[in-house]
Formats: sequence, structure tokens, C-alpha cells
Amino acid sequence: MTEKESQETISVQAPKAFLEVRDLQIHFPTDDGLVKSVDGLSFGLERGRTLGIVGESGSGKSVTSLGLLGLHNRKNARVSGEIWLDGQEIVGSTPDQVRRMRGRKMSMIFQDPLSSMHPFYTIGAQIIEAYRIHNDVSKQVARKHAVEMLDRVGIPQPDKRVDDYPHQFSGGMRQRAMIAMALSCDPELLIADEPTTALDVTVQAQILDLIRDLQKEFNSAVIIITHDLGVVAELSDDILVMYGGRCVEYGAVEDIFHAPEHPYTWGLLGSMPRLDRDRTERLLPIKGSPPSLINVPQGCAFSPRCAFAELNEGRSETERPELREIAPGHRVACHLDREDRQRLWNEEIRPKL
Amino acid sequence: MVNFLIRRVLAAIALLIIVSMVTFAIFFLVPRLTGASSADLASRYVGKTAGPQAIHEVEVRLGLDRPLVIQYWNFVKGIVIGAHYNFGPSKVYCGPPCFGYSFVNQTPVWPDLLDRMPVTLSLAGGAAIIWLVFGVTTGVVSALKRGSPVDRASMGIALAGVSLPIFFTGLLSLAIFRDNLQWFPGAGTYVGLTQDPLTWASNLVLPWVTLAFLQAALYARLTRAGMLETMGEDYIRTARAKGLPERTVIVRHALRATLTPVLTIFGIDLGTLLGGAVLTEGTFSLPGLGKFAIDSINNNDLPRVLGVVMIGAFFIVLANLVVDVLYAVIDPRVRLS
Repeated sequence: MTEKESQETISVQAPKAFLEVRDLQIHFPTDDGLVKSVDGLSFGLERGRTLGIVGESGSGKSVTSLGLLGLHNRKNARVSGEIWLDGQEIVGSTPDQVRRMRGRKMSMIFQDPLSSMHPFYTIGAQIIEAYRIHNDVSKQVARKHAVEMLDRVGIPQPDKRVDDYPHQFSGGMRQRAMIAMALSCDPELLIADEPTTALDVTVQAQILDLIRDLQKEFNSAVIIITHDLGVVAELSDDILVMYGGRCVEYGAVEDIFHAPEHPYTWGLLGSMPRLDRDRTERLLPIKGSPPSLINVPQGCAFSPRCAFAELNEGRSETERPELREIAPGHRVACHLDREDRQRLWNEEIRPKL
Repeated sequence: MVNFLIRRVLAAIALLIIVSMVTFAIFFLVPRLTGASSADLASRYVGKTAGPQAIHEVEVRLGLDRPLVIQYWNFVKGIVIGAHYNFGPSKVYCGPPCFGYSFVNQTPVWPDLLDRMPVTLSLAGGAAIIWLVFGVTTGVVSALKRGSPVDRASMGIALAGVSLPIFFTGLLSLAIFRDNLQWFPGAGTYVGLTQDPLTWASNLVLPWVTLAFLQAALYARLTRAGMLETMGEDYIRTARAKGLPERTVIVRHALRATLTPVLTIFGIDLGTLLGGAVLTEGTFSLPGLGKFAIDSINNNDLPRVLGVVMIGAFFIVLANLVVDVLYAVIDPRVRLS
């Protein structure tokens, strides 16, 4: 065994977690430069658990989810790293192998259920299609299954509505149908990309409840991608905060909400409206805008917008902070001293939230 | 669906009636509005040397002196039950549907139209099949291989197809394939399909290809643009997320949505061509409706022009009706709204 081979055996060792992402990079070479949509992302997820990925638009959330399903644009994307799902590696698999896993092992709920369903086919036909790719059954059996799934996600008169077209459904019903379609093959990993953004507030809660109930029933691993901290607070066990294509903070939901240590996470919490705050007080938006993924700032990507960057005496602008474990299951990428961060959070940030 | 069909057919009939009124008005009302008397109109139906007396006789016989509404009524009546034309010594009966009587050629218009129709039908129908198949296929392949040499070559040829006029490509093809290579020696003459199907096809190959080249180029560009747009739709991403093979994604999900606008244009194009493919028929001297129209205009043969305009309008309305129905079959949102 040569040295190179032995190294590969080490790096391709079987993962511990059900889903394990190791140093995932998704880059897109363009005429303007290299777009580093995802730049070294690692996380793990067990069945029955929910991970919330939070970040502003353009932080790489959606590209990450598409990459997990192998749905990124294969023609121009450069992908490296490893994605292990239930013992199978996805990045190195052929497109056809990944295609066979999609829908069956992993599936996805999209943001806008109206544009995400084909307008020319009935809801039933679209669920039947999804079921029959991975299950060798007759149309009648698949149809029965589709009706059961629609019933399961709470659509009234499912045996009639199965023949309706997407435009005949209301927004909330469409998202339920979308979920029924995603779950029709009993996937082990469910990715929900902004599942409630396009819905009425009253319907949002119902959909979140539904996802939680179904997760218990199917015991699947769920990734919720959103910019809405309320949604992740509701559903997630763990939260991954993304900024500029990288993870800046990772931790259990209690840690992120009650003892966050990254200034960007503080900013996200500060810009979330809360009922228990006086209305005269203004929200605290994060100043500036997210970085272009072509020109990610040197050093810490958040430094130009960070109120505390000057405390680091120039390191923020030159040296990229590593993601370090500061407590069991809680990781932060920040140059500030831990004591400083805790003091800032307790004395300056928390009282204003 | 039945309701939808009935509504569309009724609308098409109403449209045809309006078209006939407008056409009639253009021929008989507009000259009056511009100051022409009924005698001036009548003078178009007689020789240049006819005296005022003869002109007046024609004016009365054709009813040109009567109110316009009555004239229109008689015109419509002729279409439904036929009409008698009285030329003093000789009487002519023009059976239904009577679209008028050509005084220049001394024949009723309808049988002549009927004579020309198979030519135009053969030309337009054959070319339509070719351009639809080639245009759509090229467009789809180009879109899927966007930026590749295949795409660039196809779009280059398509650009040439759009830019080159038919009388150029047509004459070129005649010079090469008929005169030089002698592949289609009969090109430029029409033989009926029922007479000799092989000669019919072989004689029509060049006009078909020439006409189809121009149209296929348009359709390739249209399909390519539509396909590129559709492939970016969310529901295509959903179809892939389900684990569908790429082939199914393209054929079942993308192509069906792409073809809807293509179909609309196809209906209009085919309808227009059935009313006469003027340039192609002229270039290949095919005795179709287009050539008929041009000849009639040149001969100042108003009844024939009126007839051919009506037929053209009829085909366009009919083609649009068919497209509307097909549209409803393809897109449930049209059917159910």
C-alpha cells in the first residue's frame, strides 16, 4: 500500500453520524472570479434530529442544500469535500447513483410550492410519479399511496383532491402536498429550504407543526434552511449559523439563543422582532450588507460589519478565525477572547434584545 | 371542457362574420367613403372602352346602386344558397357556396379556389411537419448543450435561415438540385397527390425544404429560448429532486411547458400559410392560393381577391380555434379558469 492510498483510507473512513458533511466546498468559476458559495463546511446530523441552517441571503445556505442532493449545476460547479449519508458518500458518486438516492434517501421541500409544482400535472400525478420511480408498483397502488399521503399531511377529501391541479390548491394546501410528495418514499433525510417563507403567518405554524409531527413519525433527519430565527427556534435541535459560505457558529438551540458568542449571531438576534420588547425601541439591524462571495473579505469575513473587530488589533482583517469548540457541542469562529465575548454579550448585547 | 369548446366555436363563427363584414367594407364601403360613385365601382367590371350606358347596366345588374347592407346581405346569401348572375343574353348560376363571380375569367370564384387549395395545403402541410420536427429538435438540443459547438452551429444556421429570403434560397435550390444535380426534375410543377403520390412528393421536396428552412430557423430560436427559460423553473428542480432520470425531466416536464408558446405561433403561422404561401408559390410557380391572390390583384379581379381574402381569414380563424383547443388540452389552467 503506497502512502497516498493509505492516506485515502484514512480520509474515507466510515462516518460516525447518519449524515456527515466534511469540509464541503462548492465553488463556481465565473468570468468575474471564483464564487465560493460554500467554503469548507462541516457538520453532522443524526436521525430524528433537526438542524437549522441560518444566514442572510447569499450566505450559501441554499447552495449547501442543493449540494447535499447533488442538484447544484454540475456543469460549472467545483465540489470537494465529503458528504456521507447512511454510509454512502455523495460527492464522489456518479450523477446516476445520486439520482437514485434523491427522493428515496433524501428529499427536499422548496420555498414556493406554486412554482415548485408542475402546473400541467395534477397533484396526484406528481406524487405518483415520485413514488413510482423508486417503487416498482402499479399506478393503482401508487395512487392509493398518494391519497394516503395527502390524508396524512392533513388535506381534506384526499381522494377527490388528488386529481386537482396545483393552482386549485391554496398556498398552505400546496405546501402540504409538496411535503406529501417529498415524504412519499419515506426518505431518511428531509431538507426544507425556507418551507414557510411564501405562506401566510397563520399557515406557517401549521406547516411547522406538520413537519415536526411527520419527523417523529418517520424518524427522519431534518435540515431546515431559513433566515427566520423564529422558525429554527420552533423546530431545531441544533443551529448552524452561516456567513460568507462558512459556518461561524454552531450549537444547540439553547446555546445559540441564550449564550451566543459570535457577533454575527448577536446581530441576527437583534434584528428579530420580539413581542416582549417596547415598541418604541428600534430593531437593531446589522449594518452593511452581506459580502460578495467572489470577494470575501480577508481575514474574518464578518469583520467589515463587526462592531468589535477593532478589539482584535488587526487580526480580524488578516487572519481567518478557525471554528473552535468552546463548550461541548458549541463551536464559534471568532478572534475575540472568550471572556470578552461573554462580557460583551451579557453587558452590551443581551440587555438591548 | 364541452362548454369551453362550444364557447370557442361560437366565438370563431362570430369572428368570421366580423371578418367578412370588414373585408366586404374594404372592397365596397371604403371606395365610397373616398368619393367613388357606384358607377366608378361598376366600371371596374367592364372593359375600358365601355360607354356610360353599359356601365350603368352593370351597376344595376350587380346591385351596386343599392344600399350597402342589401349588397352585403346578397353576398352572404350567395355563400349560403348560391346566386344567379344575369348578363342580359346569358344567365349564370353560381352554386353555393358562391363567393362571387369573376367577370375577367367568366368563372365563379369558388371552384377556382377549390382547385388551388390542394396545392397550398400540400405545400403548407408538408413544410409544417418538417419545420416543426427540425425546429423543435434543434431548439431543444441547442438549449441543452448551451454554448457548445453544436449550439453555436445550429444557431448560426438558424440565423442564416431567418435572414435569407425565400426567393433566394428557393432559386438557389432549384439551380442546384433540379438543374445541376437533376435530383428533382419535376420541381416547379404540381402533380396531384391522388394522381401520383411519388411524383407529388418528389416535386414538392424543394419547396417544402425551402419554406421549412426559414420557419424551422424561427422555431429553433423560439424553442431554444423557451427551453432555457423552462429548465430554470422551480418545478424542474423539483422533478430532479424527486430522482427522475434527466430524460424524463426534459421530455415530460420541460418540453411540455416549452411547447405551449411554440404551439400558439405554429397555429398562426400555419393558418397564414394556408391562406397562401405567396413567396414560395411564386418562386416555385406552384398554382396555389398565394399565386392565385397575386394574379387576381394584378388582373384587377376584385371578386377573386375578395374570395381569397375570405378563405385566408377562414384558415387563420380555424387554425386559432384548433390551437385554443389544444392549449386547453395541454394547460389545465386554461381549461378550468
